[in-house]
Amino acid sequence: MSVETERSSTESSAASGLDFEDTALTLTLRLPGPVVSSSSSSSSSSPDLDRKRASSDAAADHSPLAAAAAAPPAPKARVVGWPPVRSYRKNALADVAGSSKAAKFVKVAVDGAPYLRKVDLEAYAGYDQLLRALQDKFFAHFTIRKFGDDERKLVDAVNGTEYVPTYEDKDGDWMLVGDVPWK
Amino acid sequence: MTYFPEEVVEHIFSFLPSHSDRNTVSLVCKVWFPKLRVLTVKGKPHFADFNLVPPDWGGYAAPWIEAAARGCVGLEELRMKRMVVSDEGLELLARSFPRFKALVLISCEGFSTEGLADIASHCKFLRELDLQENDVEDRGPRWLSCFPDSCTSLVSLNFACIKGEVDSASLERLVAKSPNLRSLRLNRAVSVDTLSKILMHTPNLEDLGTGNLTDEFQTESYLRLTNALEKCKMLKSLSGFWDASPVCVPFIYPLCHQLTGLNLSYTPTLDYSDLTRMISRCVKLQRLWVLDCISDKGLQVVASSCKDLQELRVFPSDFYVAGYSAVTEEGLVAISSGCPKLSSLLYFCHQMTNDALITIAKNCPNFIRFRLCILEPRKPDAMTNQPLDEGFGAIVRECKGLRRLSISGLLTDKVFMYIGKYAKHLEMLSIAFAGDSDDGMMHVLNGCKNLRKLEIRDSPFGDGALLGNVAKYETMRSLWMSSCNVTLKGCEILASKMPMLNVEIMNELDGSSEMEENPGDFSKVEKLYVYRTTAGARGDAPNFVKIL
Repeated sequence: MSVETERSSTESSAASGLDFEDTALTLTLRLPGPVVSSSSSSSSSSPDLDRKRASSDAAADHSPLAAAAAAPPAPKARVVGWPPVRSYRKNALADVAGSSKAAKFVKVAVDGAPYLRKVDLEAYAGYDQLLRALQDKFFAHFTIRKFGDDERKLVDAVNGTEYVPTYEDKDGDWMLVGDVPWK
Repeated sequence: MTYFPEEVVEHIFSFLPSHSDRNTVSLVCKVWFPKLRVLTVKGKPHFADFNLVPPDWGGYAAPWIEAAARGCVGLEELRMKRMVVSDEGLELLARSFPRFKALVLISCEGFSTEGLADIASHCKFLRELDLQENDVEDRGPRWLSCFPDSCTSLVSLNFACIKGEVDSASLERLVAKSPNLRSLRLNRAVSVDTLSKILMHTPNLEDLGTGNLTDEFQTESYLRLTNALEKCKMLKSLSGFWDASPVCVPFIYPLCHQLTGLNLSYTPTLDYSDLTRMISRCVKLQRLWVLDCISDKGLQVVASSCKDLQELRVFPSDFYVAGYSAVTEEGLVAISSGCPKLSSLLYFCHQMTNDALITIAKNCPNFIRFRLCILEPRKPDAMTNQPLDEGFGAIVRECKGLRRLSISGLLTDKVFMYIGKYAKHLEMLSIAFAGDSDDGMMHVLNGCKNLRKLEIRDSPFGDGALLGNVAKYETMRSLWMSSCNVTLKGCEILASKMPMLNVEIMNELDGSSEMEENPGDFSKVEKLYVYRTTAGARGDAPNFVKIL
């Protein structure tokens, strides 16, 4: 039930116009039960954490190579009116880029559902909206039930079993959706 | 012409074989002007599209509308391109022509939605309101509600370039009372829900520009959209796809098999796989506009799926000078091999080779329009590092019907020798960063018998070429030269030799003071625009334009 952040393996990201590689989240929805954290993640998480802590201490000290690799390519020369594209077109495309803001697409899988859906995390302002969107996309599977403490949970449409949204963060740990502030 | 009785004049006109010649003649002949029904006016030079013409240069629509309001009240259609149109002009237009039926504005500016409100309010028989890629100031959605209940004649409505909100209820009402609607292009503000409702009223729709197709929807909305689309059995052409999320694309699938036209060039949110899954189903496609995110691989899919393709435009998604593009010569070779009917091409790519162009020319001898833009100026053949003279030479040699050509990449005078020798039907030529000497331009002026428009930028052609065949300019619509080597003196000589030409020079950097210097000045002219005139110099030129 893990979800990759890359696009499906049939496409190479070089060919696609969108670059998802900076999204570090994977999102999983699974039925309640023990959360199986892969042994690799628990054993490797400490060294990862250690490395992370070490690097965050040296945050000011980014390896210049890493910084260069991460930085966008240096802006190329600008020539007036070149390439020959109408302002209307340039503005229209800029508007789209502005509104979608390098969309953060993640794939979502549901236990028992035969298909994955893609969700743009940038399109939602909070977990509530995300849950509602997931309900829309998987409407055959579940609905949102409001619980006594005003908490909204995804619930199987047929038998009322609760769905627990989880995701795998960039350290490889399984997290409950909602623990970390949305931003 | 006024000496002859009308029957004689009509008889003479009947020998003019083409519509456009007859139209032109009727404009010049004062007797015929009052009977004018259709008027087409183009204003600024083509390179104005790319910000090479300073603002306030001219191209004002008002004098035309005023003259028509005085002289030919039977006017039914007005088509304008690259003109400056004001709200006052639109109001005058709306009130002056009782039989007015069609307004088409392309790449115009200077007006707002209030001007459109006047058109909607007063043109009782309006059939066509077609706004293509204009810069329209948004003053609110009122205009769409201004169509009176009695107006049921709309056949074509295109407001895709309107930036602001529209009132959905007004839009639905308008569409519901327009049974003849064949073409409808919505703007970004129109939701999927509204689109579905509208489509229930348009069974005869042939051309649709969608509103936004974002991800923020209920799945039911999209199912309703599919149902509504399926009712449009005549629908052949699709555009819009504003902010289209990949998730929405499959809902369009049921339509794909009947599409002949598809414009996805404003949708950077769809990638290669989204695009190819849609396009591979469009087996009848004749016209395709896409962004370069389709990539060479995607173009191979187009080539194997769309055997009837006649027109292809691949636009860049990255506007830096040497920006990345996923599209190279390979994509175009694949297209040429799979789509032999291809006749019109606009292709932005980041590299090209002579071999590819030679292959393309052999595969597609039917090109009428061939416009190739390699993103990096003066870039040579990507394999051999040679100029691309031979490649473009093959294009002009094989494509005997070529009427329009835009060249790019590293090019010497040799390519112009080929163009002059072979491009006998060429009417419009666009040159950028090309050539070595005056010989290049001379080849074109001397060889291209049907040349009407020549536009050149950043190329080393000077006074020798400018003055080498001055009579030629009388047979042409216009000549544009910017950032070339022509001097003030050369332009003055041209103006003095050819009084029936307007020779306009624009030197914004220097300011007008430097132009007052003595006529022997050899300072380079930044921008030159030369065109025929029957009326002498224009009176509305701004002070950075000097007419010699």
